[in-house]
Amino acid sequence: MASTPTLEFERPIFELEKQIDELKRMAGDQHLSVDEEIAPLQEKLVALRGEVYKNLSPLQRLQVARSNKRPFSLDYLRLCFTDFVELHGDRLYREDAAIVGGWARLDGETVMVIGHQRGRDTKENLRRNFGMPHPEGYRKALRLMKLAEKFQVPVFTFIDTPGAWAGLGAEERGQAEAIARNLFEMSHLEVPIVATVIGEGGSGGALALGVADRVMMLENSVYSVITVEGCAAILWKDGKSPEMRERAATALKITAQDLLELGVIDEIIPEPVGGAHTNHEVAAASLQEALIRHYEELRKIKPEKLVRRRREKFLKMGQFTE
Amino acid sequence: MAWFKKEKKARQPRRDRLEIPPDVWEKCEACGHTDIREKFVRNFSVCPNCDYHRRIRAVEYVQIIMDDNSWEETEADLRSTDPLGFPDYAGRLKKARTNAGEMDAILTVSGKLGEMPVNLGVMDFAFMGGSMGSVVGEKIARLAQKSLERKHPLIVVSASGGARMQEGVLSLMQMGKVSAVLSQLADRRIPYVSVLTNPTTGGVSASYAMLGDAIIAEPGAVIGFAGPRVIKQTLGQDLPEGFQTAEFLLDHGMLDLVSHRKDLKQTLGRLLRHMSGKPAAAGWATS
Ligand SMILES: [Zn+2]
Repeated sequence: MASTPTLEFERPIFELEKQIDELKRMAGDQHLSVDEEIAPLQEKLVALRGEVYKNLSPLQRLQVARSNKRPFSLDYLRLCFTDFVELHGDRLYREDAAIVGGWARLDGETVMVIGHQRGRDTKENLRRNFGMPHPEGYRKALRLMKLAEKFQVPVFTFIDTPGAWAGLGAEERGQAEAIARNLFEMSHLEVPIVATVIGEGGSGGALALGVADRVMMLENSVYSVITVEGCAAILWKDGKSPEMRERAATALKITAQDLLELGVIDEIIPEPVGGAHTNHEVAAASLQEALIRHYEELRKIKPEKLVRRRREKFLKMGQFTE
Repeated sequence: MAWFKKEKKARQPRRDRLEIPPDVWEKCEACGHTDIREKFVRNFSVCPNCDYHRRIRAVEYVQIIMDDNSWEETEADLRSTDPLGFPDYAGRLKKARTNAGEMDAILTVSGKLGEMPVNLGVMDFAFMGGSMGSVVGEKIARLAQKSLERKHPLIVVSASGGARMQEGVLSLMQMGKVSAVLSQLADRRIPYVSVLTNPTTGGVSASYAMLGDAIIAEPGAVIGFAGPRVIKQTLGQDLPEGFQTAEFLLDHGMLDLVSHRKDLKQTLGRLLRHMSGKPAAAGWATS
């Protein structure tokens, strides 16, 4: 079925999908075989998807990353892992549904999985605050990481947030401290940590799950120090117009390819042609392969060495002259 | 009040407070109180009438905190590049260097505080709003490495609107970098004290500023993750009186102390002596 395009640049893909659907429907009504007519159209569709996605601008990439049709943390939990038992609450204030986490199995072995969770519709987004955690979300994440460390189990995180929530309660309860504490504790957690940006990696609220031995990004995900809108608003007093947002998206270097070149991430995980939203199962298989592969490497490293290397990895980040 | 001059003359702040004629009058930005400039200067640039803490330069904090003639600047040669080729960044850097008379938004020094060897980093809001890019992160990381090697306490005075967006995600990663080296300091039981001045927000507050074994703030300093303007926007109404001030954070359990600038040095010294198992020197424990 052709899905309604939420992304303007996907319109040609949408039109072609519609055409194929229409042909199939007519054929069904009249009991005709149209396989011969459909086959070239299907081929054309694959080629078109490839063409459109090969040439995405950074702003379009951001739109893909934010799409609510993409797989979220809970989708990957369902598709890459088994035996998931969700754990709730920070034991300090309350449960925050903008971050999910719990025990699961990867390739049969127990692991801890923690990720930002967005909502697919308005109702769920209100519950999950559009994947923008309060301090209690980060404190829940930290509690689960410490739990993983206690039982010597690796941690897998999924990053998918526009940023940490900016609001009265979040400030009163120490949003800054909650994020800082996670960076600090993740720096010396004595179990392997693998972080993957699956959608939008927005600023400190993303990094709070991102201090890891391996940091990866899905092909169409983005990672940025500030939202494109915020950057454009501050620098050019216009955070709304497509031109200024495009300018900021380009200048900030937010795509997976950019981050690989800047030495911030270790690997780009390929998505199915046309983006992860076209086929959740294929996207999840691609991610699962990388997660297993990295864990196989990391599990051989002794805790002290693991921590030393993780620190060295982050100490190397940045560019300057002297 | 001469300080140790290791660096070239160009690296001193432009305004030299020490040569101001005594008959110049100043007006407090907060209460409108007018007084001769010397009164402000002698009071650590704090209004003698209302205690408003005026913004001062990094080198002035160093002079306040460190023993006279005891310190020298470290890592003075680190310079920001323009790793992203970000629009106007090279020009902004040049302008900031000229205006601030510093190479980046932090001054790092090694020296003594109450005869105790310490490493001190002070952010300078005059340089691009104290924004944190690769140089700020690297200078703190190297200063902390010095603390690790010599087992000397670390102090960082923050004044920053957050990460420097012109260096993109590399600025973001400085939060991870400094937090990583601070965790190493913690593992070796080397004390780290964070001092928060006006303002401390964004990526700086969400990393090293909030990670001190003790956290001290100056009265009235605005401290938070999101800036007041952003929260006002999401809230759609005015913020409560005193929201995000040092006193507000103290009430909410986010700080250990709010300290007047005139007491800063003594407070730091007493805290560090408690945390490094050293007895207080004569005179330190009083008042
Ligand atoms: Zn005043």
